[in-house]
Amino acid sequence: MKFFEDIGVGETSEIGRHTFTADDIKGFAGRFDPQPFHLDEAAAARSHFGRLCASGWHTACVWVRLLIDFRRREDEERRARGEAVAQLGPSPGFRDLKWLKPVYVGDTISYATEVVETRPLSSRPGWGAISVRNTGMNQHGDLVMSLISTVLVESRDRGPHGR
Amino acid sequence: MPRLHWEDFIPGQVTECGSRLITRAEIIAFAAEYDPQPMHLDEAAARASWFGGLVASGWHSCCILMRMLTDDFIGEASFMGAPGVEEVEWLAPIRPEERIRARATVLETRPSRSRPDVGFVRFEFELINATDLPVMRLIVSPMFQRRAAGSARGKPAEGGE
Repeated sequence: MKFFEDIGVGETSEIGRHTFTADDIKGFAGRFDPQPFHLDEAAAARSHFGRLCASGWHTACVWVRLLIDFRRREDEERRARGEAVAQLGPSPGFRDLKWLKPVYVGDTISYATEVVETRPLSSRPGWGAISVRNTGMNQHGDLVMSLISTVLVESRDRGPHGR
Repeated sequence: MPRLHWEDFIPGQVTECGSRLITRAEIIAFAAEYDPQPMHLDEAAARASWFGGLVASGWHSCCILMRMLTDDFIGEASFMGAPGVEEVEWLAPIRPEERIRARATVLETRPSRSRPDVGFVRFEFELINATDLPVMRLIVSPMFQRRAAGSARGKPAEGGE
């Protein structure tokens, strides 16, 4: 992760893509979101979705995984260049999660991020909060998901033991 | 037929939606698949982290809540999913072998403007730990089929047996 001071509003990244299979969709739904339209083709065909589609939580969790993997690759590249890597603090949550279109079997979702706000934290010197708009787009160019996430990022001047 | 429809949710209703023990194994399994950060995966690394010990991914908390709500009342309701989630606050971490319970508060209800057979219910859902501390708060407005429309069509809504 870049340090807080080095992160600018408007920065974008393409973090990765994922193709949702029927097994994938049913496996997630069976554990966490067992609605008939996420589990069973026939029930999904009778529902307002018309076809088997992924749980919105599944679409979001895949974004989480791709983001973690993306950050890890970036950090490895920074370390390889001899650069310092900033720590991440906890996330207080997220807002405006929108499931704009269903994600159907076979859809490939491409995920991207855009920094929308950065602010230093007076309550936690040495850390800043960044808010990021995260999106998922299907192979037709339709947005299927967006959310605003917030995470705490270390500042350059945090010092060795600052919290 | 689903037992619960849009009309059955009344603003101000507060419902306890069951409890669950969150195991170390499930915290690690979820993290390995979807949120592989050290504080969710590895006890030693987690001790050195901000949290001082292993904690569940906040996204895991969302998924646990979804499952608890489905087992409790959504599975027997004319549930049609939600167009999104307004806000989630991760207020405190969930640690291994903690028992958490879920609580639902109906904030408001409104009919769909575009679909007369559908209504929205705006909920506040909370996950609460054994010391009565809310660990997660989530505001969401799922859709449910309305009773009259469901009856007139004479067919079960999504989620019906």
